[in-house]
Amino acid sequence: MSENYALKLYVAGQTPKAVRAFSNLRKICEEHLEGRYTIEVVDLIENPQLGRGDQILALPTLVRKLPTPIKKIIGDLSNTERVLVGLDLRPRRAS
Amino acid sequence: MASQKFARAELRKSPTGIPGLDDITNGGLPKGRPTLVSGGPGSGKTLLGISFLVNGAEQFAEPGVLLTFEENAAELAEDVRSLGYDLESLIARKKLIVDYIHVDRSEIEETGEYDLEGLFVRLDHAIAEIGAKRVMLDTIETLFGGLQDTGILRAELRRLFRWMRDRGVTSVVTAERGEQMFTRQGLEEYITDAVISLDHRVEEQISTRRIRIVKYRGSTHGTNEYPFLISRDGINVLPVTSLLLEHEAPQERVSSGLKDLDAMLGGKGYYRASTVLLSGTAGTGKTTLAAHFVNAACARGERCLYFLFEESPQQFLRNMRSAGIDLTAWVKQGLLRFHADRPNRHGLETHLLEMHKAVESQNPSVVVIDPITNLMAAGTENDVRAMLTRVIDYLKTRGVTALFTSLTTPAHDLEATEAMISSLMDSWVLVAITEENRKRNRWLYVLKSRGMPHSNDVRPFVIGDKGIQLLAVERPARTRKAGRKSR
Repeated sequence: MSENYALKLYVAGQTPKAVRAFSNLRKICEEHLEGRYTIEVVDLIENPQLGRGDQILALPTLVRKLPTPIKKIIGDLSNTERVLVGLDLRPRRAS
Repeated sequence: MASQKFARAELRKSPTGIPGLDDITNGGLPKGRPTLVSGGPGSGKTLLGISFLVNGAEQFAEPGVLLTFEENAAELAEDVRSLGYDLESLIARKKLIVDYIHVDRSEIEETGEYDLEGLFVRLDHAIAEIGAKRVMLDTIETLFGGLQDTGILRAELRRLFRWMRDRGVTSVVTAERGEQMFTRQGLEEYITDAVISLDHRVEEQISTRRIRIVKYRGSTHGTNEYPFLISRDGINVLPVTSLLLEHEAPQERVSSGLKDLDAMLGGKGYYRASTVLLSGTAGTGKTTLAAHFVNAACARGERCLYFLFEESPQQFLRNMRSAGIDLTAWVKQGLLRFHADRPNRHGLETHLLEMHKAVESQNPSVVVIDPITNLMAAGTENDVRAMLTRVIDYLKTRGVTALFTSLTTPAHDLEATEAMISSLMDSWVLVAITEENRKRNRWLYVLKSRGMPHSNDVRPFVIGDKGIQLLAVERPARTRKAGRKSR
């Protein structure tokens, strides 16, 4: 568990959902990835062309660029359990 | 049609540039609004949308954005290149943007609330980049497979279509045909301005593509199913003719090729630009009668086009020569041309297109289709009737006099079998053979001929070395006058 996590959070403006997603993400990272993560926030309103590269459709979208493979989590990240599963920090449970 | 003109002024249209489609939609798709195009796999909906974008960019100075959820841009460009569309060149000239959105459920984890603002931002950015006026979404329903929260998805789609309307872009939204609903996800609930349905059916081993305008708010439109073709030139909706009965009705008459038959037809023959049906059982002389008609037209210096669905041109010419009608000179002068084809070689819509092409290149004043019954083998009864209506409409608009021969099966009532097409015909001449005293006698009569007094005689005739010769009617002297000239 020593890998570094490079995370990108795509949003469009300071919407309530975007603000929520960012604070949820910070909290999860502090708890589970302390000292080994970076978060880059990409605002598509300022840079719409950046949406193409990561195939952004829904917002907010969290993209785990590292470690590979790339993972995508959409939504305001309010369900911590599912965010951890999405980031491969917790095994997926058969539901 | 005052109401139609009014509607046209009210609603602005965005021409598709697809031959025929702009006719049946009275000018194109509703400008600044979305149009739903629904159809099964391989029905041609993607191609229709791309034609709309390409023609918009090339012919109407309206750049376009293609947002595809289906294939990637390179594959798409490859697919439509065979139809003569060079997407890469359009992209390079900033007349087209193709944005590929890939959605894979297995790659996406959903947690909490989200929206599709990313899609809006990308679309908005693309529209602004080239000043796009047209948008195509192909096939947005794919999102239902990629995202779990259909509640959000539905709300966002509703918002998307409203947003596109506000943005003033004319859009084509493709969708898969659904089992219960018109589209798999019921998109018709969101897009109510115009709905087009595409269909690709195989009936009796013959494939036919059809297009229908299901709905077009605020505009008149053709309501039929129209056959269409996907050929090397792209989509072609047939016919390229009017929906209304508004052909010219010339007073001019043309000879049937036989003086005696002309006499039975009000003394002057058929009307120009009318339709004539020659029906009868096998071997009664229908083709010979048609040959007389063509011979007379060529002798007047008019161009003729003869569709043969039973024999080759050589065979036809030989047979007619033996009956005393030599048409070879007209062929040499280019006045008479043939178009021979096997009826079951293509579907009906291909036949229709071939006929259009042949008529356009020969520009004839007389067309013969011999026999029309063989063509009927190429489709179901309704299809054939629909196709014939179009052929006739097309020929009448061009002022062509058309003669159709029809083979009657002896088991059926002579007059009943053609019920399907007879109403489309202006004149109907019936030829038959009866056996009497071990001799086969030929006879003909005019069953109907619109707009002229015609004879009610049943005239015997012979086919000799000068073609058809009508014989005098034998009848008791008393009734002779009474039966002569009635309508």
